[in-house]
Amino acid sequence: MSLLSESEARAILQKTLSFSKADECQVSLSGARAGNLRFARNTVSTSGGSDTLSLAVTSSLGRKSGAATINEFDDASLERAVRSAEELARLSPENPEFMPAIGPQTYLEPQAHFEATAKVTQEDRVRWAAASIGHCKERKLTAAGYLSDSARFSALANSKGLFGYQRRTDIDFSVTTRTEDGRGSGYALADFNDASRLDAGGVTAIAARKALQSREARAIEPGKYTVILEPSAGVTLVNLMLNAMNARLTDEGRSFLSKAGGASRVGEKIVDERVNLWTDPMNAELPGNKWGSDGRAQRRTDWIQGGVVKNVGYTRFWAKQQGRDENAAPPPAFGRSIMGGTDTPLDALIKGVKRGVLVTRLWYIRAVDPQTLLYTGLTRDGTFFVENGEIKFPVKNFRFNESPVIMLNNLEALGRPQRVENSLIPPMVLRDFTFSSLSDAV
Amino acid sequence: MKRRHFLQTTGLATGSLLLPQWTRAAAALAAKDPLAVARKKQLADAALNAATKLGATYADVRIGRYLNQSVSTREQKVEGVSSTESYGAGIRVIAGGAWGFFATNELTPDSIARAAAQAVAIAKANAKIQTEPVVLAPQKGVGETAWRTPIRTNGFAVPLADKVDRLLAANAAALKAGANFVNSQLFLVNEQKYFASTDGSYIDQDIHRIWPTFLATVTDPKTGRFQTRRSISAPSGRGYEYLDADPRHKLAPVGDTTVRYTDSYDLIEDATLAAQQAKAKVSAKSVLAGQYDLVLDPSHLWLTIHESIGHATELDRVLGYEANYAGTSFATLDKWKSGNFQYGHGRVNFFADKTQPGSLGAVGYDDEGVPTKRWPIIKDGILVGYQKTRDQAHIVGQAESDGCSYSQHWSDVQFQRMPNVSLEPGPAPLAPAELIKNVERGVYIIGDGSFSIDQQRYNFQFGGQLFYEIKNGQIAGMLRDVSYQSNTQEFWNSCSAICDRRDYALGGAFNDGKGQPPQISAVSHGSATARFDKVNVINTARRI
Repeated sequence: MSLLSESEARAILQKTLSFSKADECQVSLSGARAGNLRFARNTVSTSGGSDTLSLAVTSSLGRKSGAATINEFDDASLERAVRSAEELARLSPENPEFMPAIGPQTYLEPQAHFEATAKVTQEDRVRWAAASIGHCKERKLTAAGYLSDSARFSALANSKGLFGYQRRTDIDFSVTTRTEDGRGSGYALADFNDASRLDAGGVTAIAARKALQSREARAIEPGKYTVILEPSAGVTLVNLMLNAMNARLTDEGRSFLSKAGGASRVGEKIVDERVNLWTDPMNAELPGNKWGSDGRAQRRTDWIQGGVVKNVGYTRFWAKQQGRDENAAPPPAFGRSIMGGTDTPLDALIKGVKRGVLVTRLWYIRAVDPQTLLYTGLTRDGTFFVENGEIKFPVKNFRFNESPVIMLNNLEALGRPQRVENSLIPPMVLRDFTFSSLSDAV
Repeated sequence: MKRRHFLQTTGLATGSLLLPQWTRAAAALAAKDPLAVARKKQLADAALNAATKLGATYADVRIGRYLNQSVSTREQKVEGVSSTESYGAGIRVIAGGAWGFFATNELTPDSIARAAAQAVAIAKANAKIQTEPVVLAPQKGVGETAWRTPIRTNGFAVPLADKVDRLLAANAAALKAGANFVNSQLFLVNEQKYFASTDGSYIDQDIHRIWPTFLATVTDPKTGRFQTRRSISAPSGRGYEYLDADPRHKLAPVGDTTVRYTDSYDLIEDATLAAQQAKAKVSAKSVLAGQYDLVLDPSHLWLTIHESIGHATELDRVLGYEANYAGTSFATLDKWKSGNFQYGHGRVNFFADKTQPGSLGAVGYDDEGVPTKRWPIIKDGILVGYQKTRDQAHIVGQAESDGCSYSQHWSDVQFQRMPNVSLEPGPAPLAPAELIKNVERGVYIIGDGSFSIDQQRYNFQFGGQLFYEIKNGQIAGMLRDVSYQSNTQEFWNSCSAICDRRDYALGGAFNDGKGQPPQISAVSHGSATARFDKVNVINTARRI
């Protein structure tokens, strides 16, 4: 049984800590029951399941640490894991950036566990896939998609009295539909914590419509265009910028936030004043985790407010080094962006665009220059020319070279945020987005 | 003695195991207690018998012991040491014409039989919507056999202190040579895989890989600018001897560029050069955008090969199995069937293999028990082959797998992954310096950098580590802000010269990603320095 209750998890953690002879000991325990189903060519291809439970012990002797993992839970195994971590700590080099274990934390209580997801069966997965495939077959389209679901718990404790327990469920579905002649392709995705909200057929209908609309794409000249980035297109660039907002790299002079003379852009306006970017574990649409990778409690953090950089992420060591309170300085972010928007739906946003390109998805996004946060990548699975507020015709895909910082300075309008890829992102209208070449890919 | 089984400590999100951010030293309690071959056979038979009894028409089992070690440092500090071991078994079956898969870390005959039953149940559920029953290319059982990477020194047996000292020595060299920051890592992998199938194969393999790498950074506080230079080492299918810095495996620099490496790597020399070169990049000339003849070193060209030849000729992409994630391919079946699709210039020949010594892809058998081989992909510029697994061969009217099945872990299902795909060196004697002599206006690129390609593998953009301007056959100084964009077919047809075998070197990726859920695999690509005419170079400098 991989999904332990709070009391079961606490008992194992406390038993493990009782074996410790080190200066400090931290233990974490996690379990997951997960399944997935993949389909392509309108039929199932592969699928699998897993049921896992494991425990990690970290022991510290002075400034030296070692960790061990195990997935057997009798007393002898737990003690052996502790002894092994202690042995490794003795063998490890001293870490000059060692930080002592954190003390007890007050964690928020995000509600991320839903029984409907925890109870998903292989038959459910097959049913969702069948709905998606059926929709495509009726329209002479070919579906390729992926469904994955999981129910997880995690717990942590240490010799300083820290304890935490949380559980969550997740379900993700995405589908690419292609016309039989290979000249049209559409994509849509959805992710939830509550599986009862998943409508695989509805998601597929969006992708199917895009596939049918994207046939007979015309080539238009690459260059600078006003773009409407759907949330599924904008999400990666926004998250990449958030992840790069790192205090240490900024202070060391090797971040896009670094400035001449050792100064930084923290506290300065770097993008349009309508841009607000934050993370918040308590957002009901995007419930987060109680703690981050170092055990500190997760709180709402405003990263960009009114276009101004309000915060950058600190490891515990760097917070101490810079004389900051580690509980006030936010840990470095990793995705889960929430970007503020408006109530304007996508259709209405499109109506306001005189001449531009509607982008469904950006693909193969890679860093080109960390100095300016320049990225390259391509449009994919539904790219359309918009004129006088209407989608006129599909266009061939483009390669872009653009920085999210420049892009968010060129903001024209924001729409209603939507959850995609574990983030909440609005559709965005942006002027002068740089398309540098054409791609023949469909 | 009761056996301990362990999971990798690579979980993410909420379920991840909490390890200290500054160091990740994970022990593997079962490290001294591998399973005996006889025991693995007994377990494998338990799985195969259970699956067959429940109606599977085919079954295979992979019992894996995966060792991973990494050491990370920055400047004169050790940031982390991670050593993980993972034991378990994955069982794949065909029932009702559909695949089913289930994995367990409980290695007893009972639990492995239960996992086999789960795999059969999943296959039967899937069969309800299966419209293309799985057909396997025949594969004669090979009986009981074994294969191991021919290493001289097992990196896992080398004391941790030696690895730490090497990295810190490289960091010291880079700092002394002018770097402000340097991060270095050493990665070691050992896959101990036992494969058995209902075809009658029992294959025990011991596979080793190693990857030393670093990033040197030079900052200029006056301007706020910074530049980096990453190592030009290739990850390798070798043991710890790869770090011996054997001078016989160095290639002399062309003019005032950099030393290049083939079968052995000099970490300290490269770190020293990297710091000097990162410093030079800060004040290097920003490239003028336009068309240039490109001269591409093997440490760079491997990645262009990987993206534009390797991925484009994966048969699962061509057939649409990867349409939702990695994409499809422009190298469609009609182009292959025509027998005259000019993928590249007539001098361009690509071969695929899983046999090159020192390559990341080298194994004796793939993950469905097929013996490995070498075969042509592009011959005299024409598309002639793909990369296939057993369940794909019949779709293209063939009767044999190419041995391209791989899974990253016992808990993941195997599927088609890229073998080594390499460019044949030119037949006539030609060294890089001689090749450059004939270039009037060009850019010489060493090392891999930014990379991006579309989902059908037409349009690509690549950066690099070192860029040198070529003027009238001479190296004329360093450039920065360079990326080139092209179209796969156009690019390979513009190939106007390939150096000879003396210049051949492997590059590669430790973590090539594909599939849903995503899996990584390691793959090498060999080439000699090659020239490409009139390629579009863009300037990537921006102001924010």
